[in-house]
Formats: sequence, C-alpha cells, structure tokens
Amino acid sequence: MTPDSPQNGNPKNISELEAVARQMRKDIVTMVFKAGSGHPGGSLSATDIVAALYFRVMRHDPKNPSWDGRDRFILSKGHASPVIYAALARSGYFPADDLWTFRKMGSHLQGHTDATMTPGIELSTGSIGMGLSYGVGVSLAAKLDSKPYHTFVVVGDGESNEGSIWEAAASANHLKLGSITAIIDRNRMQNDGFGADIMNMEPYPDKWRAFGWETWEIDGHDMSQVVEALEKARMPRNHPHPVAIVAHTTKGKGVSFMENNPDWHGKAPTPEQHKQAMEELSK
Amino acid sequence: MTTTASPMASTREAYGDTLAQLGKEFPNIVVLDGDLAKSTMTIRFGKAYPDRFFYMGIQEQNMMVIAAGLSRSGKVPFVSTFAVFATARAFDQMRLAISQMKANVKVVCTHAGITTGEDGSSAHAIEDIALTNTLINFTVIAPADAIETAQAIRAAAETQGPFYIRLYRPPTPVVHTPDYKFTIGKAEQMRYGDDATIIAYGNLVKPALDVSDKLGKEGKTIRVLNMATIRPIDREAIVKAAAETGAIVTAEEHLKQGGLGSIVASITAQERPVPVEIVGLDRYYKSGTGWELMAQAGLTAEGVEAAIHKVLARKR
Ligand SMILES: Cc1ncc(C[n+]2csc(CCOP(=O)(O)OP(=O)(O)O)c2C)c(N)n1
Repeated sequence: MTPDSPQNGNPKNISELEAVARQMRKDIVTMVFKAGSGHPGGSLSATDIVAALYFRVMRHDPKNPSWDGRDRFILSKGHASPVIYAALARSGYFPADDLWTFRKMGSHLQGHTDATMTPGIELSTGSIGMGLSYGVGVSLAAKLDSKPYHTFVVVGDGESNEGSIWEAAASANHLKLGSITAIIDRNRMQNDGFGADIMNMEPYPDKWRAFGWETWEIDGHDMSQVVEALEKARMPRNHPHPVAIVAHTTKGKGVSFMENNPDWHGKAPTPEQHKQAMEELSK
Repeated sequence: MTTTASPMASTREAYGDTLAQLGKEFPNIVVLDGDLAKSTMTIRFGKAYPDRFFYMGIQEQNMMVIAAGLSRSGKVPFVSTFAVFATARAFDQMRLAISQMKANVKVVCTHAGITTGEDGSSAHAIEDIALTNTLINFTVIAPADAIETAQAIRAAAETQGPFYIRLYRPPTPVVHTPDYKFTIGKAEQMRYGDDATIIAYGNLVKPALDVSDKLGKEGKTIRVLNMATIRPIDREAIVKAAAETGAIVTAEEHLKQGGLGSIVASITAQERPVPVEIVGLDRYYKSGTGWELMAQAGLTAEGVEAAIHKVLARKR
C-alpha cells in the first residue's frame, strides 16, 4: 500500500472476508425486515463480491468518501442497495445503526442508492441499466487525466436485458478502457422469475467476449476465487480492454428459504422468517 | 381533519382483473410486460391467456415498438410497466412509433406519483402527465379510483388509437359508486358550487371532495370536477367553471410544471382569465410510505383547503 492509496484498515484475509460477508448478510436481511420492503435476493447474491471489494481489493477512504484517488464502485442494479449500505456501514462510512433507518422517512439510506444523500454512493440508481454507462464515463475521465483509480461496476443479469448495458459495453471497448471491470451477478433470476423464461440472454460470457471484453467466469460465492479475480482485474493491464467477470451466484444466498426462489426478489421477511434467517447466518 | 374514512381499492388490481375479462371478449388483445407482471397485475391476464401474454424482459424501449408493430397487424397490445420506465425511458419510442403513427397501443402504467413510496425518487413518476400530454394522438387518462379504472381500461380497448392510463401502487380511496359511467374526454362534476372550483384527478379527487363538503357546512359552495381525461382535456368544463365560479384550484400528484395546473392555467388565461392556484409537486421526493410523502408534500385536504382560501382572497 502506498501512502496515497489508503484502504479500509488492513486488507482482510479470506476467512476474515467470509466473516464480514456473513455480517453483511445479517445486515441485509435485518434492514429489509425492519423496512418492511426492499430487495433481499439480489443483495445476498452480490454480498461476497461487494465484501471482497470493500474489505480487500479497492483503494478507498471511509473517512474521506470524495477522495479523488478512490476506486469507484457502482452498483448498477441499485435495487440491491442493502448490500452496499452494509459494506459502507461496516467499513466506517457511517454508523451501523443508520442501517435500521433504511427506506424510512428522513433516512439517508434510500430505497435505491442516491448520490445526493449517502456518503460513498457514486450514482443515483433505480432505473435499471445506467450504471455501466456511468462507469464508462468515470473510467474515461481516469484515462484522460492518467489517474490510477479503477472502476468496478456490478451489473445484474436481468438488468442486462436492457439495450443500454450493451451500448455501454460497446463503448468501453471502443474507447479502449483498461481500468474498468464489470462484474455480472449471474443469479439467473430477475423480477418475475427465471431469466430463461422472462428474457433469455444466455450465453452471457460469449456476449461479453463478442463485445470486446476480456471475460472470466467465477463462482461468485467462493471467496478465494472472488478475491483472485478482482485483484487480477485491478492490476494494470497490458492491453487496453475492459474486463468482465461473470460471477455465477445464487439469488438469496445464505438463507435457505430465499435461495433460488424468485419470490424473494423484492419482499420483506416476517418476524419468524427473520429469526430463522438470523439463525442460519449465525452458524 | 376533513378526511372522512372511505373504502380503499387497488387501481392496479382493477386493471389486472379487467384485462383478464377483456381477454375473452377481444381475441385480438395481446399483453406485453416489462418484467413487472406481478406488480402491474398483467399476470392475471397472463394466467388466463398465456398464448397472448408476453414477458418482454427489462426492455421498455424495445417493448413499445414491438407493440406498435403488433398493432399495425391487427392486434390490440396492452403494454405495462411502472409509469416512470415507460414515459421517461421509452418516450421517443412512444412519440414516433405510437403517437405519430396513431398506433392502436394501450400503455397502462402503475406506480405513478409519490405514493409509490419507499423505492424513492427513481421510482416516483411525477412528470408522466407532462410528457404524455405532448403525445399529440394519445388519449391520457388518470382514473380517480378502482371503479373508474375498470371502465377506462374497457374504453381503451373499445376505442381506436393510442392510450396512456396512469395507475397507482397502493390501494386508494374509492370515490365512485358501482353505477358510475365514465366517458372519455368529459369532466365529471362531483359537487355543485358557485364560489370556486377544484379540478383534480387521481388521488387528489378525494381530498377535493372532503374540502368541498367541509366548506359547504361553512356556507361556501365549492364545485369539484374530476378531470380523469387529461388529453383531450374538457375545455368547455374548465371555461364554464371559470365563468360561473370565478376562481379555480387544481390539485394533482404530479409536478406543477406541465401538469393539470399548467393546462388549466393556459386555457383560462386564453379564454376566461380567473385566479388559479396550483396544488402539486415541485421537487423530487425521497423514501417514505406513500401517504407520509403525500402529507409532506401537502397533497392533502388541508393543502387543498389552504389553496381555496388563497384563491378566494385573490378573487375578492
Ligand atoms: C428501467 C427499469 N425497468 C424495470 C425496473 C424494475 N425492476 C427492478 S429490479 C428488476 C429485476 C432485476 O433483475 P436483475 O438485474 O437480475 O437483479 P437481481 O436478480 O440480481 O436482483 C426489475 C425489472 C427497474 N428498476 N428499472
């Protein structure tokens, strides 16, 4: 770590990252429970990726969210806001107690991320399919000014129905951006059900390759694989191409009754379900 | 204070149920939904007529033009998603492929306004009326309740041409009796009055009625017009209200810019100038329950009453 590249505490090792991810999962389920609404499924599928980014891979400074040299993280599928709020709180951007105000009147933790309200949030989201374009802009600025920061964008597989995602994909390649990485949370589900039934976009890896992105596939819940891929993606590239990581994930990961059940896209647990989830996540 | 309890019913459920009924009568109806069928309630049609129901994924722009193509080949497409994603995201497609070509497409959207609530600014459609009112060949309807919704949906199916219909996420107050008859393009006079007129649509009709009833007891008669059809607007009813009551308050869950207030002010200014007070929104709202946000924005009987006092003072 050079002095001009702070990071939240000491980079955590794999088992520490797994512990942070468990805590974040508890936070996610409890936030949605207390709010009475929200999107647990797609937050839980992205948890390991977001934990690895905030607690190991990214250069960022929770005490100085607008630090110019920070790596940029954009959660394009902004309905999964609980996952980024949990990471921001647990890495010190704001007190963990704020999490329990999620979606309530007066809270800085909006239903979908809001760049005007929350420290550490780069982009207002909620209209799906904008985050990768924003990332291209941010990454292009880094290239113009020869800045060393990296841009990470988490994109939903359902979100990738939107043509705008592919417009952004084409432009990142066209602009020869070597410091942007898209992570596709391939949990196979979207709002109304399985992608295969709602809008079949497979095979995703081939599509990203065809758009000029160097594309890798990982198990998005195997922390070693997640860290290895993200660290490799962050290293200076010897080619000016964007990188796509297709992360195979499970929607609702970690809570048995939410796993692989599309009903948990946007629904709050009952008190009993919340209790059961906490027990399962404490094991 | 002035709000009297009234039964609540869901406009989007009324939509899903009516659509499923219409499916039987109109074999040419097809339904396209942008990965929100469980929320817009088009799933009720989808269950009844799976062969004529299409999940279009999260592709609002694509979906609009596909609907235009279907309509020009004899189908009657109903297209649904949340209000903001149709009108803001796919506006160009609605403008050229549907409005300009007079395509027989029915865009029916739920989750309009700030009563959408906890999802926050991105999901609050507060400019959809302003946008769709510029779609020259569209009929734009914002029903006041579930009863009017069912009839507006049927009218859209029976009437050639593009429609935009604006529905809500939460259950909303029922202001009509089952024998009510909706007519496209006609303001519904729900209260007689000579002292001033409240012109409202959607969720603001109930507060308008409450204010009229309250002030009625205090000796003032306030006319209430339910302006469910925004386009084509009932000019005659507006000019008549201006002439007969001399003061107008408009009320809507929408931006003041380009909403009903702007439309009414423009018509009165040209044809019968009278004081007009506009009750509506002028900023983005944040997360909260829908009714908390309505109270914060002053979209309540209290807010409408304050505007009446203001407009009456200006009338004198
Ligand atoms: C433009 C737009 N259209 C529709 C929606 C409604 N919506 C919110 S989340 C979602 C499904 C997203 O699926 P995916 O990206 O796979 O997210 P995940 O399953 O990981 O939660 C939809 C349709 C939206 N937010 N924005």
